[in-house]
This record gives sequence, C-alpha cells and structure tokens, in this order.
Amino acid sequence: MAQAVADHPVTEQSGTNYINAQRGILSWLLTVDHKRIGLMYLVSTTIAFALGGFFALMLRLELLTPRKTFMDAATYNQAFTLHGAIMVFLFIIPAIPGALGNFVLPIMLGAKDVAFPKLNLLSLYLYWTGAIFTLSSLVTGGLDTGWTFYVPYSATTGTAVVKVTLGVFIIGFSSILTGLNFIVTVHKLRAPGVSWFRLPLLVWALYATSVVQILATPVLGITLVLLMMERVLHIGIFDPTLGGDPVLFQHFFWFYSHPAVYIMILPGMGIISEIIAVHAKRRIFGYKAIAFSSMAIALIGFLVWGHHMFVAGQSQLAATIFSFLTFLVAIPSGVKVFNWLLTLWRGSISYRTPMLFALAFMFLFTIGGLTGLFLGMLSVDMHLHDTYFVVAHFHYVMMGGTVVAFIGGLHHWWPKITGKLYSEKLGAASAALIFIGFNATFFPQFILGARGMPRRYYNYLDQFQPLHQFSTVGSWIIGLGMLVVLYNLLSSLRSGASAPSNPWGGRSLEWQTASPPVTENFEVAPKVTHGPYDFSTESQ
Amino acid sequence: MIAPETAPSHEPIHQGTFWLPKASSTLAPGVDHAWDVVMWVSVFFFVIVIGTMAYFMWKYRRRTDKDETSTVDHSAKLEITWTILPLVIVMGLFFVGLSGFMNASVAPSDSYEVQVTGERWLWTFIYPNGAISPSRLVVPKGKPVRMVMSSKDVIHSFYVPEFRIKRDVIPGQYTSIWFEATEVGKYTLECAEYCGTGHSDMLATIEVMEPEQFKQWLESAGGDKSLPPAKRGEALFNKWQCSACHALDGSRKVGPSFKGLYGREETMSDGRVIKADENYLRESILLSNAKIVKGYDPVMPIFKDMLKDDDVNDLIAFIKEQK
Repeated sequence: MAQAVADHPVTEQSGTNYINAQRGILSWLLTVDHKRIGLMYLVSTTIAFALGGFFALMLRLELLTPRKTFMDAATYNQAFTLHGAIMVFLFIIPAIPGALGNFVLPIMLGAKDVAFPKLNLLSLYLYWTGAIFTLSSLVTGGLDTGWTFYVPYSATTGTAVVKVTLGVFIIGFSSILTGLNFIVTVHKLRAPGVSWFRLPLLVWALYATSVVQILATPVLGITLVLLMMERVLHIGIFDPTLGGDPVLFQHFFWFYSHPAVYIMILPGMGIISEIIAVHAKRRIFGYKAIAFSSMAIALIGFLVWGHHMFVAGQSQLAATIFSFLTFLVAIPSGVKVFNWLLTLWRGSISYRTPMLFALAFMFLFTIGGLTGLFLGMLSVDMHLHDTYFVVAHFHYVMMGGTVVAFIGGLHHWWPKITGKLYSEKLGAASAALIFIGFNATFFPQFILGARGMPRRYYNYLDQFQPLHQFSTVGSWIIGLGMLVVLYNLLSSLRSGASAPSNPWGGRSLEWQTASPPVTENFEVAPKVTHGPYDFSTESQ
Repeated sequence: MIAPETAPSHEPIHQGTFWLPKASSTLAPGVDHAWDVVMWVSVFFFVIVIGTMAYFMWKYRRRTDKDETSTVDHSAKLEITWTILPLVIVMGLFFVGLSGFMNASVAPSDSYEVQVTGERWLWTFIYPNGAISPSRLVVPKGKPVRMVMSSKDVIHSFYVPEFRIKRDVIPGQYTSIWFEATEVGKYTLECAEYCGTGHSDMLATIEVMEPEQFKQWLESAGGDKSLPPAKRGEALFNKWQCSACHALDGSRKVGPSFKGLYGREETMSDGRVIKADENYLRESILLSNAKIVKGYDPVMPIFKDMLKDDDVNDLIAFIKEQK
C-alpha cells in the first residue's frame, strides 16, 4: 500500500501497541487509555446489541400468526419493552461515542488521550452499573411499560420499573460524563495546526452530540427520579388518582428523548462524512455546511419534543408550533444528504465494505427522513401516530441510519483498532444481507401502519398477516447478515492479514499512526499542515 | 392458524387505496389529500437523491488508484438552493397538515355527543338518554358525533383507521374528537396507546346506521327479555367483552376461567379459601377487586354503576352453565 499521503514516519509493526503494551485483566479494568476503554465499550455494547436483537427476533417470530404463536401476551409486552430499552439505552446511545468516538476522537485531534482519562473510565463503570440494574429486571419480574415508561401505566404495573429506571438514571451519568470529556478534549487538546475547520466532521458530530448529552440527559434523570418517587412515595406529580398530570410526564420524557434521537443519529452522520470522503478519495463537499448543520440539528432538536404528542391531549396551539419546528429540523438533515451526494461527484469511488454500508445508509436514511415528513404533518399524524408506520420510520432512521453507520464505521476503523484486515468478500456479503433484510423487514411495516395496524399489538386482525410474515422473514435475513459481520470481524483477528497504517488512503490523523497505535497514539507529536480531506489525488 | 377464541370477531379494516383504508368520514378526504401531497414530495426527493447517487456511483467508480478527484468543495449557490427550496416545500406541508388537524379538533356546534370511557380493556359508550353500550358504538350516518372521552385507569387512545382520527383517552381529564360517518357499515375501533396485557384486544365495533334506524336502536337499547337468563347472560358476556380476560375452556387468561367455577373452592390472595357461590360471583362482578383469587392481578373494572341487578342475575346463570 502506498504511503504517499503519510505526513509522519510510521513504524510499521514495531512490536508494541496499546493492546499488547500491558497484560492481564487488571491492566484492562484499571486502564485510562481511551483506546482500551473504547474497545471495552465496543464489546459491551455489542453484547447489548445481541441481546436486544435476540428480543427483536423473538417478537417477529411471535407475530408470524395473528394470535398466540409461542409466547403469551405478558411475555410479548416484556420482550418489546426490553428490546426497546436495551437498544436505546444500552446500545445505540453509548455505542458510537463510547466505542468508536472514544477510540478515534483523541487520535483525530492528535492528542494522547481525552482530557479526563479517569473520568472516562468512570463513564464505562457507570455504564456497566446501569446495565446491571437494567438487565437484572430480566430475572426479577421483567418490565412491561414500553421503553417510554408512560404513566400512569408505569406507576401501577407490577413489574420492575424502579430497577430499570434506576439503571437508566445511572447510565445517564455515563452519557453526561462522556459528553463533558469530549467537549473539553476538543477545546483543549487539539494538536498544533488542528484548527476548528480542520477537525474531521466526525469530531464536529461528536461535539454536537456531546452538547445534547450534557443539556438533555439531566432532564431524563429528573424525570426518572420523579417516576421512582411516584411509585415509592406516591407524591402525585404524574398519577391522576393522586392529582397529578400524566401528560406532564410525556413532556418531560420527550424533552430528553427527542434530543436523544439526535444523540443517536448525529454520530452516525459523522461516520458517514468520514467514510464517503475517504472512500471516494475526494475533498468533502460543503464542510462548513455539514459541520454547522450538526450544530443546528443539536439546537433545533431541543424544540420539537411535542411532535410525539400531537394526539396526546396537548393544546392545538402547542401542536401547531411543534409541527412547524419539526419541519425546520428536517432542513439541516437534508443539507447533509445533498453535500454527501456532491462528495461523490467527480470522486474516485471504491466499493469496499465501509463504503457499501455508507451507501446503504444514504438509501435508508433518505427513506427514514422523508417518512418523517408524513409524521410531522398534523393531520396525517392523526392517522399514523402509534401505528407500525412510526415503527418503520424510526427503524429506518435508527437502524438503517445509525446502526448501519456504526457497522460501516466499525469496518472503516477495524484495521486501525485491531491491526487486522477482514475479508472484503464477506464484508460485501454482510452489507448486502443487512440491506436486503432491513428493507424486507421494515418496508412492509410502512404499509401495515398506513393501513391501520397499531404498534405494540400482540394479537392483530387477520388481514395483516401476510405483511407481518414478510417482515418476520426479513428479520431472519438481517440476523444472518449480523452473524456474517461478527464472523468476518472475529476471524480477522485470528487469520486476517496485518493492516497497514493507512489502508484506505485517509488524510486525517488516525491514519498517520501505526495500526494498532501505540499507547500514546503517536510516536512523534503530530503537527498538521492540511485539512482532513485534502487528498493528494486531487487534480490541480 | 389458530382459530379465534370466544372473543367476538371484529370487522376487518376496509381497504381503500394501496396505502390507506377506505375513507369513511368527512375528515378522511382532507387527511388523504395531505397524504397524497407528502407522498409526492417524498417520491420526488427520493428519486432525485437516490437517482443522483446511483448515477454518480456508476460514473465516478474508481478506475485506478491514481484517479484525479475534484477540488471543488463548496458552492454557496447550491447550499442556499438546497436550503431554501426544501424549506419552502416543508412549510407548504406544514400548512396542508395544519388545516386537516384543525378541522378534526373543532367539532361542529350541532354535534351529537357520546361519552366514551376507556378502561383496561373495554370501551364503554354512554348516550344522552342514559343508554350504556359496551364495546359497540352505534352512530347515525351523516351527523357529526363528538366523543367526550376519559379513562378510568391508564392512557388509551381512540383510533378508527377508516375515519382517520385518533385521540388519547386520559385518566383525570377529558379529551374530545369528532367525526361524521359517510357510509353505513361496521368499523373497528382500536386502542392505539399501549395499556397492558389486553391492549391488542381492546377493540370495539362502530356501527354506522341510517338516522331512522339509529333512533330505533337507541330507544330499544336494552336487550331482549324473551331469551332465557343464561342466554341473556351469554349476550352480556360477549357485549362487555368478558372473554378478553375470562376463558370458558379452562385456560388461564388475565382472569380465571369460568369453566367449573361455580361451586368450586378458590384460594384468595390473602390466603382465605372461599367457595364460589352466587354471593361471591355477585360481589366479584360488581366490586371486582374486593376478593382476588391467588395468582391474579386486581385489574378488573368495577361494574357497580354499569350493570343492573337483572344483568348480574343473567351473568350468574350463564357462569353456572359453564361446567
């Protein structure tokens, strides 16, 4: 592999790197190395993803027939609740910042570590603690409130609401501390020459995400504490039998959980900017537009929470204002898509695994975004709210968007993280399986919802069975695709070829150091004299 | 496929276009118009984005590692265009959506009012003349009907796909929505807000009648006195959707099965053993949570204000027959 683009001398395979620098389980559990912490996040969130995915497959299996297939209604309700809660709180929110963000953000800045390495380790421990509380509900009565914990249902159900909310509360602190750490790191630890407009766009995206994490997560924490107090002390904030207002809970909940949607998608968008530019070997189009649109999404995202409640009894005036603001937030997402498109224009597009996932993202996220317009329209939402159309919409954004971006990013930085190359053939096969399986699973759900199939239904009208069955078969294809990803990546550790320091010809700093990097990230402190997307292949 | 249990079967949702159910209320065409507009906008942008992407993917595929790539990395004109143009379009969508929503929110002043109560897992409709109709909402065609809705326990949501209306039903406050049905027939009302084990069985039938027929129904809404008590009890059992929670074949649902219940000794949650006689059954129907059989949750609605003495007698007669 040509090293023409490397600015700094790189010692290939010099022997020591961050993985083998120290040995023993304690060297991992007590590490303050952002790369090791990132790797532990990667393993943890992957386990959470597998668990959430298992519940998803069980749900789809149950829905093969309109009535009982193999589990009863109470079990089904617990399964969709845990699927949602695990995927949102244990996987999708922490995965990209915790795993990939932790690994690449400091290197992209030319820093040795994040600003507060010990705090970073604390974040991981908080995540683990919260995860244990959340998952302990599996063996102590389950949880059947839906991941949204709506009162008064959640204030009265006999399941383990307090345990799970406590778990989510603790994970919230993990999220806040990671956000704080990233913000300070970006402000204070940029290497000489890394100006704000030379930051890779993933850094901008993680920065915007961190702002949301810090500002929104405390509201979730307060809401969950109030919910716990409601259950334990019966104080009457939300429960109408005690004089409370159940709609107030929804306001509080979505005041966090809508911005949280952007915590989930923004890092994914950042990854896509990296992959597309590097694998098209082309200067990114509209750098500032993409960077500022991340900040715009982060800020406007705070003002649209009411669109989850158009039919929930909020005033018509409030609904109108929220609908208006919701349409505004569509614009910066559109701007990003158009700029990514133009980055392909007169580029040199290679079709290696990360790029395949990035292109799949473009397709799926476009559908996810456009179907959001349906739901933003007040009258159409009256029909579609709480139907499978909504389920399909957010899976196109969250899974077709964030998860596909995450898997793409994982393949993009895998050689850097592990020092190994995986099989491109299996990579392409997994991307194809996931893309096909995803559309087979979720596109029918748009049709189901539009035709009047409500979500969270254990039994359903017979007329919906063919589409449900189609969707279930799709879920098996996704499952297979995920197994291929897992096999491909894990077998590369054993039998993959050694990765060069810069397998894709990237220009940002993480490609200018060894694969895998040394503990201090760089052997020589980097000085940067060009932007992250100034490719040497450019025509002059 | 497993045959439906004893629960009354519900009307399928009548298909209209490929995407949407039949439009059977005066509000539906407005919603469908908005749907059409946003669908065309989406198809337009989808074709532009994915079409361009596919073309670039082919045209600019890598040929050699030394391919030269463009240095053009911004264009103020383009950025402004693809900010302003979509902005104008989505503002249009906003106004289209707003008008349909406002129509649904403000009921005509001559609306016929029905009180709607949601509780786990039963819809009950109360008419101005005092008639109570569980699980069956009968309305006249061509007249606006306004639902004044409240919940007795958790949040539910009143959703009729063919009418394109949905509104949450919340404990401790009233919400309302209205519709004017345009076609005689039967429709299915679905609960759209998750409310627990029986959520997906919380359906009701909406029957749209000609106004004359509706008048007759309303006057005679009371039941048929010519049937034997156990038969009338069976009708009540179906009418009140008892089957959502109580099986007749001995299987366990949310509540105990009625099979062999009469005369049996049951252990209560406080450890007492009680024989299921007439007085126990009466109390368990009217003040359902007074005694709970061990292993079950106290979730049954209170029927004290909804059933007459005769009804309770008929229901007990029906339960006695389930040997």
